Amino acid sequence: MLGLTILCLTILFVIGLVLLSKAFPVFRDKDLFKVFFTSGWRPFKGEYGFLTFIFSTLNVTFIAILIALPFSLLTSIYLSEYSTSRIKKIFNPIIDLLSGIPPVIYGVWGTLTVVPLISEKIAPHFVDFSTGYSVLAGGIVLAIMITPLIISITNEVFAAIPKDIREASWSLGATKWETVKKVVLRKSLPGIIAAVVLAISRAFGETIAVLMVCGNVTELPASIFDSCYPLPALIANNYGEMMSLPEYEAALMFSALLLFIIIVIFNAGSRLILNRVSKRYQQ
Amino acid sequence: MRKLEERIFKVLMIISSLVIMSVLLYILWIIIRRGLPSLTWDMVSKVPSGGFYLGKEGGILNAIVGSLYLIFGSVLISTLISLPVALYINFLISKKSRFSSIVRFSFDILFGIPSIVYGAFGFMVMIYLGIQASLLGGIIAVSLLIIPIMVRSIDEVAVYVPKDLIEAPLSLGATKFETLKVVVRQILPGITTAILLAVGRGIGDAATVLFTAGYTDSINLSPAQPAATLPLAIFFQLSSPIEEVQNRAYAAALILTIIILVISFSTRYFGNKLSKSKV
Repeated sequence: MLGLTILCLTILFVIGLVLLSKAFPVFRDKDLFKVFFTSGWRPFKGEYGFLTFIFSTLNVTFIAILIALPFSLLTSIYLSEYSTSRIKKIFNPIIDLLSGIPPVIYGVWGTLTVVPLISEKIAPHFVDFSTGYSVLAGGIVLAIMITPLIISITNEVFAAIPKDIREASWSLGATKWETVKKVVLRKSLPGIIAAVVLAISRAFGETIAVLMVCGNVTELPASIFDSCYPLPALIANNYGEMMSLPEYEAALMFSALLLFIIIVIFNAGSRLILNRVSKRYQQ
Repeated sequence: MRKLEERIFKVLMIISSLVIMSVLLYILWIIIRRGLPSLTWDMVSKVPSGGFYLGKEGGILNAIVGSLYLIFGSVLISTLISLPVALYINFLISKKSRFSSIVRFSFDILFGIPSIVYGAFGFMVMIYLGIQASLLGGIIAVSLLIIPIMVRSIDEVAVYVPKDLIEAPLSLGATKFETLKVVVRQILPGITTAILLAVGRGIGDAATVLFTAGYTDSINLSPAQPAATLPLAIFFQLSSPIEEVQNRAYAAALILTIIILVISFSTRYFGNKLSKSKV
């Protein structure tokens, strides 16, 4: 049993090491500045600029957080501070189900609804033409996928704040909303930040749903109505081809390594904060 | 002024809760409306003929069977790994020991690693071992994905079982193995929930099986052969230009959604305290 446990502990390092060794040719042969900051992607000519993919991932994630955060925070505050336990009972399965729906289903839904909505209704107001497979579509689908995550973490963070603190604020004459704003939200700020960081790392790694609605064009998107090509989609789309060229394989494993490192750091950071938050009020 | 602000925000809160609720209903509605007309008996009882991407005839039995095999294998392997780990950090050493918290912390991180990374890693392991895209490859990758989920949710229940439970039988002369059996019986609902969560996550994930399990038109029972899976049946067939093929994707999407709904409700039934979205 101890052996199994230690084996599981080492998995994290093994994944990191395997990806690193496979991606090593990129570090050895390429100018890392060029890899990160140019957008030319011609694997069969030895050109590997990741800028388009990094920029796409950042853009899609930014939009997702921008949409998801207000909705999730407001809902979370409502559920933990205002709602009756009956409403909570209705709402918990909804959040569960939203987080349980597989990415590929979100993708199907996105191509059936969000993509046509953008190309027919939203984009014509801003640009001449958009297929709908766009940064915005990816952002919207991702926003829905990270919403249950943010709600459930912030709910736990709010629940960790003792009732006494709220009661003290009420007894000083503060209204419920003032208490939420000045006491609960302020006290739970580290936890909320941790929730957002976890949501960002989830969004960075999400593959299939985003891939299905983003268009996957290897060109820097000029607006949110243009197609884009996030990092995970790059890996998923090219797994068949990559075996033909060792350099190509190295480049794709480099993107997997990049995702892995960023996500491990983000996860570790927010888990440390969340652990501290839940411990602080436990006597 | 104070009252007004409170009222505005309360309205906003209720609106956003309703928006989230209606988005879920909208997703389910679209999947059902698009999938239901295609969900015929042939669809669930036949394998595609003439190639899954171009052939107009046949159904998705290959993917249904493939997914069931895959998830059965992965859950079996992951349970055999997760249960001992969860028992070890809760009952054989102190729940609050430094080692236990390090293990918990690292499973928290493993839980956050995206499935595409597990897929890529699994693929590399397969190349190293010389395995082709196959059911076995898929099982390895999906197991990696669901082990953290299982350890975490078994741990969540095990943490509340007092250590006395294990010390009492030990002091009466029971062996360690017999004692652990008592504990396992105690946390059985937690294990059931863990398995359900793992099935739900593993059966729907496309990115892990994309590299590892491959895809096939037929039903293969051998672990060394590629296996079709429901998420990939959706993903591949949706991009086909032929309407009949796309309909297979929509039917697969509906079946997968029904599976997830059933799992979600049974999880609720088995584990009242545990939540899937608990992270």
